[in-house]
Amino acid sequence: MSINRRNFLKTLGVTGTSIIGARSLSASPSVSTVEMKAVLIDTTRCMGCQSCEYACAEANDLPEPEDYPEVDVNRATTTEQLTVVNGYDTSEGEIYVKKQCFHCNQPACDAACLTKAMHKTDDGPVIWREEKCMGCRYCMVSCPFEVPKFEYDSPVPSIRKCTMCYDRQQEGEIPACVENCPNEAIAFGTRRELLTEARRRISESPDQYYNYIYGEKEAGGTGVLYLASVPFEEVGFDTTVQKESYPEKTKGFLYSVPSIFVLWPMMLLGLYKSTNDKESEDTGDQA
Amino acid sequence: MSQIETVASAEAQADSRWRFLLSELKPKGKIFTPFNIVSVPIIILGLIIIFIRFWKGLGAVTNLSQTVPWGLWIGFDVVTGVAFAGGAYVLTFMVYVLNLKKYEPIVRVTVLNGFLAYLFYAGALLLDLGRPWNVINPIIGNSFGTSSVLFLVAWHFMLYMLATLIEFSPAVAEWLGMERARRILKGMTIGAVIFGITLSTLHQSGLGALYLMAVDKIHPLWYTEFIPILFFVSSIFAGLSMVIFEGSITYRVFSEKVSDKDHKHHDKLIFGMAKVCAGAMFAYLFLKLLILVHEQQWALLSTGFGAWYLLEIVGFVILPMILFISSIKQHNLVLSKIAAVLTLVGIILNRLNITVIGFHWDAAVRYVPTWMEIVVTLAIIFIEIWVFRWVILRMPVLSKLSKYRKPLTHQINEAE
Repeated sequence: MSINRRNFLKTLGVTGTSIIGARSLSASPSVSTVEMKAVLIDTTRCMGCQSCEYACAEANDLPEPEDYPEVDVNRATTTEQLTVVNGYDTSEGEIYVKKQCFHCNQPACDAACLTKAMHKTDDGPVIWREEKCMGCRYCMVSCPFEVPKFEYDSPVPSIRKCTMCYDRQQEGEIPACVENCPNEAIAFGTRRELLTEARRRISESPDQYYNYIYGEKEAGGTGVLYLASVPFEEVGFDTTVQKESYPEKTKGFLYSVPSIFVLWPMMLLGLYKSTNDKESEDTGDQA
Repeated sequence: MSQIETVASAEAQADSRWRFLLSELKPKGKIFTPFNIVSVPIIILGLIIIFIRFWKGLGAVTNLSQTVPWGLWIGFDVVTGVAFAGGAYVLTFMVYVLNLKKYEPIVRVTVLNGFLAYLFYAGALLLDLGRPWNVINPIIGNSFGTSSVLFLVAWHFMLYMLATLIEFSPAVAEWLGMERARRILKGMTIGAVIFGITLSTLHQSGLGALYLMAVDKIHPLWYTEFIPILFFVSSIFAGLSMVIFEGSITYRVFSEKVSDKDHKHHDKLIFGMAKVCAGAMFAYLFLKLLILVHEQQWALLSTGFGAWYLLEIVGFVILPMILFISSIKQHNLVLSKIAAVLTLVGIILNRLNITVIGFHWDAAVRYVPTWMEIVVTLAIIFIEIWVFRWVILRMPVLSKLSKYRKPLTHQINEAE
């Protein structure tokens, strides 16, 4: 009997180690030499023409948008509208803001996903992979911008969100919305280039821009950067979003897992040995 | 014994075992009991709703939305249900690790309850999955999302079910009269217990850690970086209160299965568990207070949600803690049972306040579960009770096997 127990504990140790081993502790994407692609949206240039919305619908085989931006009407992205333009009445007049996934540098959805269906690619876009997703919607719970949308009315639901036209990028093309913007309000490039470009625009026309790049620091930095002529809370941005990345929030817990996995069994075994010192042999067989 | 005889007797044994299993499948007891009359229609209705859910999608039966993707099925069935099932790891710790033998009579029924709770309430997770056919992805290794708290929780659920099954398996072996299997399984108990406690520590807290990234969405009175620790500590008194509550019902309903001695003994155990509950609740309250002070949230207490928070803490943690203590002092069993029920209500409140009520607390349109979500939840609870009753009436859970039946094979094999 005691041999059984010892063998079992041995197996247990092996299983335990393999479980810890399988658990890579980094909540951040792997280090890569590829520079991340990003998008810069200059709201001072946006006219609210919805060309991006139509281009997005076409590129993603979705129905054409039926509504249009109205001042102070908050249109949210849906499973069929991966990007929307909203209008805001501000001190600088009407401002239009395009919304879609922020493609965070360290996305909460990626860290949340237990099947790696939500995935931050090395190139920058955050994509969703149909064959991996089990539809748990933990990405939706975790995303601070509430971007992933779930098809509640389908028995075979997908998660829908902007992918920064990852498929088009693979074929050497740029995102559909960038390509179809008539006023060059949307720019595409590496994140580093675009940050430089954004700073250049602010410094060249300090009267025209509010001196802030939304997305540079938010949620640990995002792949979509915004410029505006007014403070960002005036045009519907959540300016209370934390500056650290969201996966940082669970890091402490995940780091404690291997410690507990090693320490608990040892301590429990020690306790067991000390409390069951002499009696273990004769009481072992009683039900 | 010659070889031929051995083979023949083995065949006879196998044959009798099959006949025994078939006979055990038949229902025992009266069919038209009040419980059956209530539960059967709800179970049938629940199954119909589950069918619609898989046919038309989650939107057809639930009020879940793009901003509230997790509702009653996760917040109550999984998060609350697993906290209630915490009694299994606490009791196995007390009985096997601390060697507190007096709790041994209730350890089997508690482990059974724990196993079934995980099986059904974590199983309810499958209903909530949009694409359940991909549930194997995080298991078989073609897609390990190792940085996900949910990955950890999912694995721990499965492994813990295995651990509780091993802990309970000697009872199954006794029922089937498989003496050798029983010995082997019994030898695995302590390993399973230690493994199970470790897993429980991590996934009880892990359920809370699931919500850590939803920092902007949960009401600040409930969101704290310490959610995992609070979940772990509260699972101790949640689990034991459930053992007290369920035990009181089980010992009454299945009264004939329990000897008078065990009935008297059970009362003593309740006071013991009441002490553990009170202690854990004190630690929990202290943590809650530290967090409240540390995060400087006094101002929020004067809001509507502040009153709701105080109700949870004062009415369903402090009050039951005091009741537990006074029940021990006055040796009053009823007080302990009232305290246990209040504690359970408090746990439901706490878990729902984080997962449902305080989630997007400032939204214009609030999530309220549909009647169908509630019926499915009830149906799952009822099916679990049905399985529980089936096992209790057949396997040696509440009493030793010899008290009411001995299978043929058991008599043959029993040499001791």
